[in-house]
Amino acid sequence: MQAGAAIADLLHSRGSNGRTFKPVQIYLPIADLPVNIFVILAMGLAVGFISGMFGIGGGFLMTPLLIFLGISPAVAVASVASHIAASSFSGALSYWRRRAIDLALGFMLLAGGIVGTACGVWLFTKLRSLGQLDITIGVSYVLLLGIVGGLMVVESVRAILRTRQGKPVELRRPGSHTWLHGLPFKLRFKRSRIYVSAIPVWAIGFIIGFVGAVMGIGGGFLLVPMLIYFLRMPTATVIGTSMVLTLVTMASATVMHAATNHLVDAVLALILMAGGVTGAQFGARAGQKMSGERLRLLLGLLVLAVGIRFALNLVLVPEDLYSIRPLEDGT
Amino acid sequence: MQRTILLAIAALVASAEPATAERLVASISTHRVMVTSNFTGDELVLFGGIERDAATVPRRGGYDIVATVTGPRQNLVTFRKKRVLGIWVNVDSRVFEAAPSYLAVLSNRPLDAIANSETLRRLQLGLDNLVLLQRASVNIADSAREDPFRQSFLRIKREHGLYRQEENGVTFLTPALFRASIPLPAEVPVGNYEVDIRLFADSNLIARTPSAFEVYKAGFEQVVTAAARDHGLFYGLATAGMALLTGWFASVVFRRD
Repeated sequence: MQAGAAIADLLHSRGSNGRTFKPVQIYLPIADLPVNIFVILAMGLAVGFISGMFGIGGGFLMTPLLIFLGISPAVAVASVASHIAASSFSGALSYWRRRAIDLALGFMLLAGGIVGTACGVWLFTKLRSLGQLDITIGVSYVLLLGIVGGLMVVESVRAILRTRQGKPVELRRPGSHTWLHGLPFKLRFKRSRIYVSAIPVWAIGFIIGFVGAVMGIGGGFLLVPMLIYFLRMPTATVIGTSMVLTLVTMASATVMHAATNHLVDAVLALILMAGGVTGAQFGARAGQKMSGERLRLLLGLLVLAVGIRFALNLVLVPEDLYSIRPLEDGT
Repeated sequence: MQRTILLAIAALVASAEPATAERLVASISTHRVMVTSNFTGDELVLFGGIERDAATVPRRGGYDIVATVTGPRQNLVTFRKKRVLGIWVNVDSRVFEAAPSYLAVLSNRPLDAIANSETLRRLQLGLDNLVLLQRASVNIADSAREDPFRQSFLRIKREHGLYRQEENGVTFLTPALFRASIPLPAEVPVGNYEVDIRLFADSNLIARTPSAFEVYKAGFEQVVTAAARDHGLFYGLATAGMALLTGWFASVVFRRD
């Protein structure tokens, strides 16, 4: 009789201690942790808005945000690649309709980009097995974002001051040549109306592919200035072409990360994409209302801020000196 | 299902078989824990009874229960950061071989009140007595108790809710019937979990019974994980295809020209 009462007690307490159902939480199968679906969606929207506004992929913002949520850097980098592929495809399609893409130049950049991505994924795997992936991602972010952000801020402030003083905006001088124009294998790109050597084009593609795979960024914010300053490409075709390159390098980075490291979380990627492509459309409309210099200054400040945040992370005494990670099989 | 197990246990407790020592019977509320897309952790209930008969000697100090739940074993690396050239870098590391990914030690009162430290160490009961094999070049040895790597490893595992030691984790409902809840946080690894229930009386181990349960990914989660692991290339192509589809869809939906 006493046992019967006790068992009733057991059953009762089981009911009250049972699982609490949280409908907004979704369990990510590869990242192996539950996240709030609306937080991820909102992040996708916000980063998508910024990416649409500035014509960049937004990976340099999304990857750190995911890491901050507790997703391991490796999974974040691999999953963000597919998110960037989605938003750049959506962007590239609208540029394609406006005939603002130089496909010939895009393919030449790609040739370098694919090789760069493969090298990047290889280095990523290597660093992960050595336990130095986080620090490499951290240091690269600081260097890259600090330098690019700083340059953009300085350049755009100068441009703004020039227009304030009423001086004419510096135009592209078709006759100006740098040492890059002396290199062999010269090719003519009709849509962009430039005549340059294939070597710097390949090199730029390689760098973007490599950096993108290691750091989980599309590299749009790097590629656009490189194409303008090194190849003297006109601004009309530069963003559309950069989006094509971003699209292909990020789509192939997704496939390669999935095939070698098994780290792409498709559920996470899908939520990010849904938010990202929507946000990008509104961002693009907001961006069209601003002047080019203002836009560049804002983007430069944003890039610089993320870089400083990473620098503080590296320099300040960490909250916990110790960390645990499963041992990789490959070592 | 749960009720039938309980009834079976009640029957076992009630049926007095001839025995001189106590017998321990126990069961868990479920033996299969599904990780689905709405998984945010779970809590299992362990319950059991102590079976005794007329011939059993009375125990003056009463009974004590220690239940140890051990998750699948993993090789885990513990890194220590040090400042190098002004920045914090992982410099030192230790590999703990076949360390439990999950460990819960549940008892009805503090372990040192249940048995003496010698017994606890011999039975490897409690987090302090957990054997953590550490690889140092070619030799594998248990790590020293004060080793900072070991201490930090245990601390981080505890912070994640993956290691826990609860002195009031077991409740006696009647002198011979007990229950304990096994909390599983959202980040529990999938695999087989062993449950080892030990009965103490007067500081001596007098009975022991094993049980087990399995944590597994089910449905969509399982399909995605298996695809990512076994068919990485196709999984990657599918994800990339999904990205293109999403991008195309957005450009069609929001098209203005």
